[in-house]
Amino acid sequence: MKKRKNIIGSVLLILLGLAFLSPFYLVFVNAFKNRVEIALDPLGMPKEWSLEYFIEAVEKMNFLQTLGNTVKVSFISVFGIIVLTSTTAWIMVRMKNKWTEILFYSLIATMIIPTQSIMMPLMQFMGSMTDKTGIPFLNSHFGLIYMNIGFGCGMGVFLYHGFIKSIPLEIEEAAILDGCNLWQRFWYVVFPMLKNITITVAILDVIWLWNDYLLPSLALSSKDLFTLPLSTFSFFEQYTIQWNLAMAGLSMTIIPVIVFYLAAQRYIMDSVASGALK
Amino acid sequence: MKKRRSAAYYSFMCLPLIMTLIFLTVIVVPFFLGIGYSFFKWDGIPINPKIFVGLDNYTELFSDVRFWQSGKHTVIFTIFSVISTNCLGLAFAVLLTRKYAARNVARVMVFAPHLIGGLLLGFIWKFVFSSPFPKLGEVLGIENLLFNWLLNEGFAMAALVFVNTWKMAGYIMIIYISGIQGISTEFIEAAHVDGASAIQRFWYIMLPLLRPAVTITTFITLANSFKIFDVNLSLTGGGPFNSTEMFAMNIYNEMFTRGNYGYGQAKAIVFFILVAVVTLAQTYANKQKEVEM
Repeated sequence: MKKRKNIIGSVLLILLGLAFLSPFYLVFVNAFKNRVEIALDPLGMPKEWSLEYFIEAVEKMNFLQTLGNTVKVSFISVFGIIVLTSTTAWIMVRMKNKWTEILFYSLIATMIIPTQSIMMPLMQFMGSMTDKTGIPFLNSHFGLIYMNIGFGCGMGVFLYHGFIKSIPLEIEEAAILDGCNLWQRFWYVVFPMLKNITITVAILDVIWLWNDYLLPSLALSSKDLFTLPLSTFSFFEQYTIQWNLAMAGLSMTIIPVIVFYLAAQRYIMDSVASGALK
Repeated sequence: MKKRRSAAYYSFMCLPLIMTLIFLTVIVVPFFLGIGYSFFKWDGIPINPKIFVGLDNYTELFSDVRFWQSGKHTVIFTIFSVISTNCLGLAFAVLLTRKYAARNVARVMVFAPHLIGGLLLGFIWKFVFSSPFPKLGEVLGIENLLFNWLLNEGFAMAALVFVNTWKMAGYIMIIYISGIQGISTEFIEAAHVDGASAIQRFWYIMLPLLRPAVTITTFITLANSFKIFDVNLSLTGGGPFNSTEMFAMNIYNEMFTRGNYGYGQAKAIVFFILVAVVTLAQTYANKQKEVEM
């Protein structure tokens, strides 16, 4: 009796989940319909599964290049954030002094600044840095990655710092006695212990960077540098009457995220929970 | 550590220095520059002069009807979002911590929207409201409930709350699930033995024990809703007739649509102060909670 109740409950849960996700279904099926079909029957399955609109959307969105840009920008940014914040947090804990304390509290305090509050002066300042150094901080992937690291370092240091504090110095002492230098000590002794926190930082930052719209929209102006949210935005504004094209574009943008999610869902849910509770 | 100042030492210490440099140039300097810009009148074109106007931007702001309208929208949106997201997230958490075989699959499904960015979710729902939604209303015979909400001033706001809830509920659910898993099953079982109904067990045992989680989720949803931008931009664009323009979007439009950089920056500073107040209230509430425990 109890088992039967469990099965019925489970079936109901799955149905609930499917209803919850029905907007994704609608996006997907309408990417195959023509205009008349969408107007007459936006809810049902398409009459034929032709990839016509997908192919058109791939071309018009410049999808492959945009996808490549997004992968490049998010992964290099995450790599930079992890390397810089894990080492900085470790140095902060092991060489605690007035300056590292000031830096730590500044990083934490500035985490509350919304992007909107500094976006304009940031762009002005990056512009003047470009003029003075000749390095392209604006309208380049380098510049965007640079700014992403700036926005991500507060949370990175915060998460690493909290964990490194709990590692006793004794664990590192053997390495010091063996004459390891800082690189060896960090890479062979400390960094392996940070594995879980590194996964958390990486996942939280990938979710943020992959979907980030505001900062890239201000930092990038050339179309061939665009990331997915930017090209989706301009594409959607342009083809808002042609829903089928817009839906094909949306489907393709969503699919990589879903694949990543299904592959790493356990890590993702754990990371998000631990990120929120700290 | 300080005894061996080799090349390795200096090269390693470059990493914190690089990070500090990036942090200063991306966050700290622009923040102070931003305070400076807020005292000037400037249209954002480099060759045009920046005119120092003192506190004029701030005094102008107090009589800016559209800015305070967007403030009102933000507050309304935030209140409803916080309530609906928390209720739905908690309901999912309670349901999906029971011993159903499909509970993990259901958790994965409910959490999925959170991974898609606000911009995309807004576009997805823009389509859903425009075409499938009215169609469903027609099929079910409830056209006066299911129509294109985005064309109606009151309902467009409801649509924003609805979409934001859909996005955030799974996220909030995960936090509540960790909270529920932290509750000793003994309490619940003891109440069960004493003959408490499921509702009583939830209301008198589970909910009081979840108070720390409620504090966390309330502030997360509060801060998120208050700063909303992406969903606002893609779902309604502030319309119809500016009826859903929130703070963040008003600032964006002031600068980049109307070209008032100095005045927009004064708004941005006020926005920062409001966000800071909300966040400090959160820190304070968490401290209080620690004292109690």
